[in-house]
Amino acid sequence: MKGKNAIGTWIGFILILLWCLFPVAWIISLSFKSVSETAVGSPQFLPEDPTFENYTAIVDNPDFTRALFNSFGIALIATLLSVIFATLAAYAIARLEFKGKRLVLSLALAIAMFPVVALVGPLFDLWTRFGLFNTWPGLIIPYMSFTLPLAIWTLSAFFREIPWEMEQAAQVDGATSWQAFRKVIVPLAAPGVFTAAILTFFFAWNEFVLAISLTSTTASRTVPAQMSFFVGPDPFNPPYAQLATASVIVTLPVIVIVLLFQRRIVAGLTSGAVKG
Amino acid sequence: MAAIEMKNIVKQYGDGFPAVNDVSIDVADGEFLILVGPSGCGKSTLLRMIVGLEDITSGDMIIGGKKVNDLAPRDRNLSMVFQNYALYPHLTVYENIAFPLRLAGASDSEVDKKVREASSTLELDEHLERKPGNLSGGQRQRVAMGRAIVRNAEAFLFDEPLSNLDAKLRGQMRTEIARLQKRLGITTVYVTHDQTEAMTLGDRVAVLKRGVLQQLATPRELYENPCNLFVAGFIGSPPMNFLPAKVDGDSVELPFGTVKIPSEKAQRAQGKGLLIAGIRPEHFEDASVVDEDKVSEEATFHAKVDVVEWLGNEAYAYIPFEAPPEVEKQLQQLERDLDGESLRTQLVVSLDGASRITEGDDATIWVDARKIHLFDPSTGENLTMDVERAGTVPGGNAMEKAEEVGRARDEVQPGSDQPAT
Repeated sequence: MKGKNAIGTWIGFILILLWCLFPVAWIISLSFKSVSETAVGSPQFLPEDPTFENYTAIVDNPDFTRALFNSFGIALIATLLSVIFATLAAYAIARLEFKGKRLVLSLALAIAMFPVVALVGPLFDLWTRFGLFNTWPGLIIPYMSFTLPLAIWTLSAFFREIPWEMEQAAQVDGATSWQAFRKVIVPLAAPGVFTAAILTFFFAWNEFVLAISLTSTTASRTVPAQMSFFVGPDPFNPPYAQLATASVIVTLPVIVIVLLFQRRIVAGLTSGAVKG
Repeated sequence: MAAIEMKNIVKQYGDGFPAVNDVSIDVADGEFLILVGPSGCGKSTLLRMIVGLEDITSGDMIIGGKKVNDLAPRDRNLSMVFQNYALYPHLTVYENIAFPLRLAGASDSEVDKKVREASSTLELDEHLERKPGNLSGGQRQRVAMGRAIVRNAEAFLFDEPLSNLDAKLRGQMRTEIARLQKRLGITTVYVTHDQTEAMTLGDRVAVLKRGVLQQLATPRELYENPCNLFVAGFIGSPPMNFLPAKVDGDSVELPFGTVKIPSEKAQRAQGKGLLIAGIRPEHFEDASVVDEDKVSEEATFHAKVDVVEWLGNEAYAYIPFEAPPEVEKQLQQLERDLDGESLRTQLVVSLDGASRITEGDDATIWVDARKIHLFDPSTGENLTMDVERAGTVPGGNAMEKAEEVGRARDEVQPGSDQPAT
């Protein structure tokens, strides 16, 4: 009975893995095919004549490297700001009793539920008037606003888990409220902070609608938007191999970040703080 | 090191319920004071007001001659051990103990010296590099104490520090705390609901009930001269027996018979009608093992023993009895106040281990009539208390008012007067 279960689990596991990873494998294989091979329509999965020419071409493309730089800059700044604001807000929500606490939380949720597309028009209008159109802040501000609610909810859940006594002990030990927050609460909420940071970063990194609507040149265009400009000479025959290569390069940082932060997102960091 | 003076301290919550009501306690420099009472009596709240984690509604909190009502916890220079230890899980034991020193901006060499000193006192040397999560309950407890003793605090505050430990460890740590306090000679306030801890640790014990100080006295005074039914029932294990009694001249009529009490005691209880007599289990004895000159007709009675628990050095015999409704109501209220639940009115008698009384026997029990206390059933007041040997008994209006509030609450919803601590 047990053996049967294990076999079933593995079969299911492999099926899901195939289902999820096949497109990724396809993209990777595509990125190693030459233009001539993709132009004829390639029936085979593995490239017949693997080549690095797509990679060298895309690295040499100044538009793409500039977009990559924009993507990193915008996503990192938006993440940093979002996490800082969310940490402070979530701490207040978890610890303080104030009027309108529920209102703040439900407003945050409302923002998260609001469709991004609906805001493209008004934002475009506003940004052109304020001179924020086609600038980094022009993207950082909306990215930050859209990720704040999720970050606040995640973090306030983490803060609520941390026993009050931790802070009170720190205060009795001679800490100011700020010191107690910085030296005790933030380190304890680190897994939550990293979770919020990763979610925010992914959102900013992958976002397309705002990136394409609020930019006009490579001064602030991010990679997802830039990729839509890879059209090639023939509109009926887009450069699939190049697109696939760009996708692979864009995915790499995400994988690296997940692997790096995975170690930090350890649940049960607070175990041993209190008995139980 | 400093003395702590509490003057008419009141803590009132938003709904107007006084969690601590007009409590005045002076803790002398170097004294070990215990705050004890059943859950919801305001003892933890009082402690948290001393340390500054809870605001004081009215009254003065004076530490080392300085009024600290409006000072933040960090400015009071007190150290506290929390019930759940509140160790910092992300820091090693070393850094946990060093935490207050680092905040005070001590140099690395000074930190190292003091942490090693504290850790050797508490035998934590081999655990310094471990994280609290990997320690046993007793070790965590010691780390929490290390964090408290590492700096020169004005006083130590303990909030039920042993309640998370198992019985054996609790006994060991109790002795350890007593030893440490004697050695360091630092003013200590210790909160517990455990009367054994209160009796063994304290220089003086403050018994609280519903936010009101009942009696502040040495353990011996509390034991021998409880000021009222509540204190009498709370201090001592197994608890004091309460029996309906009628005083006539020098003799007291108990459910099992009549015994003679010293006339000075009897005088104070004259003409009060039905009373409650309080007799500790150890003040009874199997008449056959008592010296013959002590045994007399006036101090013995016969009763049918229901259950006997033999423990080797002693035995507990249980003798059920019927109480008149007037007394029974008061006793039930008392049980509620003590967090207990009495199923029946029964007499617990502590017998010598040599006693041969067994279940179902019709035993002859001797009672030490000099040790009988007589309580007024309506107020609970001890009529036979030796005022000079009873420490401080505040009494007064606050006590009665708290009683009324408490009773009103009990009727609505029993136990609702117990804020989460």
